[in-house]
Amino acid sequence: MEALSKKRIDEEKVSLEPDEFMDPETLKLEILSKYPPKVARKKAKQIIVNRKESEEKYPEIQANVRTVPGIISQRGCCYAGCKGVVMGPTRDIINLTHGPIGCGFYSWLTRRNQTDPSTTPDGHNFMNYCFSTDMEEREIIFGGEKKLRAAIQEAYDIFKPKMISVFATCPVGLIGDDVHAVTREMEEKLGITIFGFSCEGYKGVSQSAGHHVANNGLFQHVIGLDNTVQGGDYKVNLLGEYNIGGDAFEIERVLNKCGITLISTFSGNSSVDFFANSHTADLNLIMCHRSINYVAEMMEKKYGIPWFKINFLSAGGMSRSLRKIAEYYGEQKLIDRVEEVIAEEMPAVKKAQAEVRPRLEGKLAMMFVGGSRAHHYQEMFREMGMTTFCAGYEFAHRDDYEGRQVLPNLKVDADSRNIQELKVEKDPERYNPRISAEEFEALKRNNIKLRDYEGMMTDMPSGTIIIDDISQYETERLLETYKPAVFCAGIKEKYTVQKHGIPMKQLHSYDNGGPYAAYRGAINFYHEIDRMVNSKVWDHIKAPWEKSPELAARYTYE
Amino acid sequence: MRKIAMYGKGGIGKSTTCQNLVAGLAEKGNKIMVVGCDPKADSTRLLLGGLNQHTVLDTLRKEGEDVELNDVRKIGYKGIYCTESGGPEPGVGCAGRGIITSINLLEQLGAYSEDENMDFVFYDVLGDVVCGGFAMPMREGKAREIYIVVSGEMMAMYAANNICKGILKFAETGGIRLAGLICNSRKVDNEREMIEKFAERLGSHMIYFVPRDNMVQKAEINRKTVIEFEPDHPQAHEYRALAKKIEENDNFVIPKPLEMDELEKLLINLGIQG
Repeated sequence: MEALSKKRIDEEKVSLEPDEFMDPETLKLEILSKYPPKVARKKAKQIIVNRKESEEKYPEIQANVRTVPGIISQRGCCYAGCKGVVMGPTRDIINLTHGPIGCGFYSWLTRRNQTDPSTTPDGHNFMNYCFSTDMEEREIIFGGEKKLRAAIQEAYDIFKPKMISVFATCPVGLIGDDVHAVTREMEEKLGITIFGFSCEGYKGVSQSAGHHVANNGLFQHVIGLDNTVQGGDYKVNLLGEYNIGGDAFEIERVLNKCGITLISTFSGNSSVDFFANSHTADLNLIMCHRSINYVAEMMEKKYGIPWFKINFLSAGGMSRSLRKIAEYYGEQKLIDRVEEVIAEEMPAVKKAQAEVRPRLEGKLAMMFVGGSRAHHYQEMFREMGMTTFCAGYEFAHRDDYEGRQVLPNLKVDADSRNIQELKVEKDPERYNPRISAEEFEALKRNNIKLRDYEGMMTDMPSGTIIIDDISQYETERLLETYKPAVFCAGIKEKYTVQKHGIPMKQLHSYDNGGPYAAYRGAINFYHEIDRMVNSKVWDHIKAPWEKSPELAARYTYE
Repeated sequence: MRKIAMYGKGGIGKSTTCQNLVAGLAEKGNKIMVVGCDPKADSTRLLLGGLNQHTVLDTLRKEGEDVELNDVRKIGYKGIYCTESGGPEPGVGCAGRGIITSINLLEQLGAYSEDENMDFVFYDVLGDVVCGGFAMPMREGKAREIYIVVSGEMMAMYAANNICKGILKFAETGGIRLAGLICNSRKVDNEREMIEKFAERLGSHMIYFVPRDNMVQKAEINRKTVIEFEPDHPQAHEYRALAKKIEENDNFVIPKPLEMDELEKLLINLGIQG
């Protein structure tokens, strides 16, 4: 990447010389030519070279459609999305997997969600345990409801939890065990909240289906159970922040410092007590739009809580988001406090940026991860002088790429219809619109867009490559062709990338690092990327004898 | 050892026909095992004089891994080995998976091994081939010959045609063949001709026409095959004749299932006008 680093890359346009750099459209055609015609037609709609067509118009991308069998995809399953992503980070609910032991075991603590049980009085924390009904052949044949009932009882007897949720895995769906009937029965028997999720792995086209199922479950069974109104000013919920590597701790630190009261986070460093009370907040802030926008929309309809999108990843994103919150409330006290906090936090950030920037300036990053992270981290890379040249999501929908204005035109296919869409109405007693229609319009004029997400494409320069549900083949072609300084994805991609001699950062689990959110998190991330990109280890990826053999020999049959 | 599976629409009389013909074969000195592949576990009731209380799956569930062949194999009329797969109660679990597990276990236990010196193994399979589990006896190394029990009723023929589609699927990989249709008469108009014609169209033959007789019901109430209950009754001779036909049968084919409209035409031409 030496040649490229000398080139000037501004934020508007990546100026790449065609003689040194393969034109993205050419690469797209080369990739497509390797696929059978039908697959190529489908893939052509998922590989997009970004260009702004008009003020709000970006090229259409196909997303949230089935992966073609045989293509090595990054995607996970519905169960993973429901249990692993959304429900997993909550410490004081027993998450019981109804299925063969592998489903429970391999979804256990792999995301490095952290939690601090000292903030809830009972101190419950079950995240270190893996709960499963351990279905065996006999339960598949004779039905597993009895064992599920016994497992719920056993978990209750040992841990006396406040809540238990049950996750249906693939075989449960196939043999027709009714997790909802069993949880209802046990709820009545034990007198605590117990509910089930029909999140069989095969549902939907990716883990995205599981996020939706989890959102529905939380909304139906947990949110609104506790009407206690907490003290404190500026009461917000933070949605779609999962406290990986301690991100939520750092965000909480900054919010506290600003005097913003966090009622509940969904679901990093969370307790079901916080969820139960979350409908008393004034405002919902959305981090990961893909995994949690359903809850935000349903809470607005039922309780009148408005929501907007924020990004606490990157220092710039953090400051902008804090200012947006302050402007939303419009109180001088908060506006001033936020400015003070930003002024206090930024010197250390600036110092770190100045340190790493000379070593990173002009380098390329690629990110294929999540349904939001591949967007969130782009600003972080810009702060280091790097450009995200290729990006894409694993399980996002079109609105996460092109913005929510495409929602009315989204095709709802059979796979999406398979996931329950809750009918939500105003709560007769508790519906309380936090802002009036006039205020809504006024905020819009001030450029505070409620109920909006602009998507990833608006943030990416023209000429960059966006790929939905990238395959391993496409990944390798990108690596070979553009040789990025760093590639970000998940554990499944890690070693493929490293074998190309390219540093790889996991943005699902953060490898062993973090926090990367807010100000201190950004500093950590700058140093981490600097360390990875400028490490000498990549120069040694070829064995000495491969580079300059001391002896040359041939086999006799050659 | 000949491995035979009996298929056919639910309620057509598979188990009754199977047990009576097996009784006929046993009379002639054949050594036979009957494997019931129905969760109701009633495929060997007439041979044992009552239900087999120790199904393979129940035993597996109670005993864990420590199962012996004799725990699941009972000896019935004329020394016939009787085994029931068993399975879940109606509406729970997965009966298909039960059949797979059960047949695999029987194999592991050596039920089909050479030193058992078996002449025939019969699988009596529940109803239609609704899922992979119920196709288990068709898979490689299991049954080689399939007999379909059928009557002149439309749905029975429709089911038989579907079963042929299943046979076709496994014919190449598993080497199974359709060995014939057994018509268990429902006294439908023109029944014999229709089934003969149907069998011919499938590329096979109607191996036997079993007439309807109340004696079957009477013997069944007494938990016996007709051959055991009234050995000299004409219906007992019918089953003996069927047994002989099967013993001598060498007409094994890969069936050619009919299209739906072909099947309907056959019914209209022969069933209604006849």
